[in-house]
Amino acid sequence: MESYFHDVTDALASLLRADEIYLANFHGEQSDFVRFNHGRVRQAGTVETRTLSVDLVRGRRHAAGSTSLAGDSEMDGARVARLVESLREQCAVVPEDPHLLYATEPCSSTRRVESRLLAGRDVVEEIHGGARGRDLVGIYAAGGVYCGFANSFGQRNWYANGSFNLDWSFVHSADKAVATSYAGFEWSHEAFHRKIESALAQLEIASQPPRTVEPGRYRVYLAPAALADFLALLGWGGFGLRAHRSKTTPLLRMREEGLRLHPEVCLVENARDGLAPDFQEEGFRRPDQVSLIDAGAYRDCLASPRSAAEYGVPTNGACASEMPQSLDFASGGIPLDRVLGVLDKGIYVGNVWYLNYSDRAACRTTGMTRFATFWVENGEMLAPLNVMRFDETLYRMLGENLIGLTDGREWILDASTYSQRSTASTRLPGALVEDFTLTL
Amino acid sequence: MWDGIERRFRVAAPAVDFCSLRLVEERDEQLSVRRGVAQPPSTSFDVGAMVTVFDDGGMGYAATSDLTLSGLRRAAERACDWARAMRERGLVDPAALVRPPRSGDYAVPVRRPWGAVPLGDKIELLRRQNERLKQHTSIEDWEAGLWYGERETLLLRADGGRLRQRHAFVLPTLSASANEGADTQTRTFGGHAQCRQGGLEVLEETGFLEAPERVGAEAVELLAAANSPSGTRDLLLAPDQMILQIHESIGHPLELDRILGDERNYAGRSFVTLDMFGSYRYGSGLLNVTFDPTRPGELASYAFDDEGEPATREEIIRAGVLLRPLGGLSSQVRAGLPGVANARASSWNRPPIDRMANLNLEPGTATLDEMIGAVERGIYMKTNCSWSIDDSRNKFQFGCEWARLIEDGRLTAVVKNPNYRGISATFWRGLKAVGRADTMEVLGTPYCGKGEPNQAIAVGHASPACLFDAADVFGGA
Repeated sequence: MESYFHDVTDALASLLRADEIYLANFHGEQSDFVRFNHGRVRQAGTVETRTLSVDLVRGRRHAAGSTSLAGDSEMDGARVARLVESLREQCAVVPEDPHLLYATEPCSSTRRVESRLLAGRDVVEEIHGGARGRDLVGIYAAGGVYCGFANSFGQRNWYANGSFNLDWSFVHSADKAVATSYAGFEWSHEAFHRKIESALAQLEIASQPPRTVEPGRYRVYLAPAALADFLALLGWGGFGLRAHRSKTTPLLRMREEGLRLHPEVCLVENARDGLAPDFQEEGFRRPDQVSLIDAGAYRDCLASPRSAAEYGVPTNGACASEMPQSLDFASGGIPLDRVLGVLDKGIYVGNVWYLNYSDRAACRTTGMTRFATFWVENGEMLAPLNVMRFDETLYRMLGENLIGLTDGREWILDASTYSQRSTASTRLPGALVEDFTLTL
Repeated sequence: MWDGIERRFRVAAPAVDFCSLRLVEERDEQLSVRRGVAQPPSTSFDVGAMVTVFDDGGMGYAATSDLTLSGLRRAAERACDWARAMRERGLVDPAALVRPPRSGDYAVPVRRPWGAVPLGDKIELLRRQNERLKQHTSIEDWEAGLWYGERETLLLRADGGRLRQRHAFVLPTLSASANEGADTQTRTFGGHAQCRQGGLEVLEETGFLEAPERVGAEAVELLAAANSPSGTRDLLLAPDQMILQIHESIGHPLELDRILGDERNYAGRSFVTLDMFGSYRYGSGLLNVTFDPTRPGELASYAFDDEGEPATREEIIRAGVLLRPLGGLSSQVRAGLPGVANARASSWNRPPIDRMANLNLEPGTATLDEMIGAVERGIYMKTNCSWSIDDSRNKFQFGCEWARLIEDGRLTAVVKNPNYRGISATFWRGLKAVGRADTMEVLGTPYCGKGEPNQAIAVGHASPACLFDAADVFGGA
């Protein structure tokens, strides 16, 4: 894919006039998707995509467009020529853009994450065999994800990642299930079976008669997968410069009233250790780290070039959405292997589901418990909990009511496959919280 | 190109039990003006095809943007490889899914084509709309936008079928966010759900041209409003909240693939079970729900689904009784139940799954004034802004942008941050009045997410205003 991307951008460059500049982004994917239900294959296939996006700039005027590529130079040459012609026509009409900002100092890079993946037939054998007749449901997604950037200033960036992500649940009955994921770059039969054994141990508890609790306030442990969903919701506007300056951020009270979270809360956008590419759409490199929340206090925003130009601050290489791609939540002091003992009596929340705001300006969040959520007494998981709705503000949950964070963390690779396989990741601990509000 | 690809497919198609090709060509254009600044126009062109193979008990697919003969041959080989790999390990016997091939042609009616108005004029329209949103200095963020999309699909079968469909839609958007200190209130044009098939006539049909002043003024009005009270109140929902209520607590739980368990690892299961169809009381006797892909202008209208089944209007719930699930051919075969033609894919590179398409709540006989007049202590909520429901589609909590209290049969104070929560299995039984046709709106969203791999697809909902008995209502922090 890399050499083809360079060929296409060379062809693109040859089409431009002297007063035109291009910014080109490439996204490609060669993915196997195998979907399972009841331990059998529901759908299986391969998806191969290539998309070229071009921002054509003439002075302060510009227009952006994308086209899918076939991988055939003749067919694609015609598509790119049509795209450039169309963008040129639009540039003649659009007004000047005061917020246009793009990298002009070449900063090329290459990153390839090597992998050893199973062939499709072996995947089906391995997972079907691993299910051993149990009710396994989920998806295996694997293969190459490719991103590239090029511009008129000679900058070239390339990113290739071959990875797999098996995201699945073992279901006992109805909604009593245990969700697990096994993701990485080299499939290991042994590691997969360790994951299975761990999930089956929790499934044993999930098969006990469920307990129902009344709405009220409970001591809870939010496992890393559950805490990750809170941060994923917060990622929509929580850290972006545009949301902060337009005062639509859910962290408005931190901005306007100086509210702080618990001193253990430290959040960093950690491009250095994440899986995502280290460059963005306008060609800026993402710095190794951007401190978002430090010792409970809000620090920096993720500033895309466009927002940076609008609000007159330097960009820190954020993508256009200004959402974290490689969020890193610092660990705390609660030993991970003793967390049930520290919880003592309360609820172990393995996963949450369908989060949204019940009062965005107050960062008050509602959602449901899901999958492996258990009632705990004397430090032991006793029974699965019937699903409960929670409604709680971030300021209580990670502020005054946060007892502590675990010393061990999980690195969760985003299993999302909307449009293309995600390269986002989150590394985070679990959180022990007092007086967590359940409402229904 | 269409003739060329048809020829190439017929050459590339392997000798198997069944082989189809679904070609999708999409063009999109998005324009917006935010805070008085025209954002750069964004266009996209996307074309590709999915080859699906059934052979000797196995089935597989391969999707590619390489539409050359060699590209289609490679895709067919990969699809055959997958069919072999899952043989005897598949969930569905593909032989049961083959129907006689069909041919047909369908195009969404467009009265005023998108291209009939020059780009500069569209940007100027949005600039004026944007300016009119800024009703007060407290408005910190304001944006007007247009999204136009065209989709052309060609479904070919190696044994002779040929279905061609052309769709077009327009989504006009407005939003204004007003701020004072630690409070920000946002008002939008119908929750970004004023999306319909057609061309620029959608702008007049939806009231987009007249809306900016109201949207801006209501955002400012909310800043000064009290929080919604908490407690039990009768709940009157406007169509732009009803569509969310229908979508989440009728549409998704009735999707047959969820009931069959396909979505249990992602979008969730359903509290509805197969034995409920034909007898289960889903709601009060006023509840009538139809699956209607034939309604002109509604966002998910089509003549054939993506497996080639002809789309027809079907009753889903009649007089409160559940009749039929939302399941396409493969789900119908698995469940042994009749369903609807709703196997749909979001793109050429995703396989069809059960989607709700157009799911509508049929009008009743009440006027809006009659419903308000019948309430002693209630609340009237408009425009969804928050949605959350459990993985069985039962315990829900929804929030709206704007509400007014109803006291002794009259609308009184505007309140902010209105939310309500309930349980699907009982909520619809509290439906105590359904608005007549003049309270009805035809809405839709392009963002319904589901499936592994994930798919975001367009769905349409038409609904009148509806009144519910004794809901659990509450406000902000």
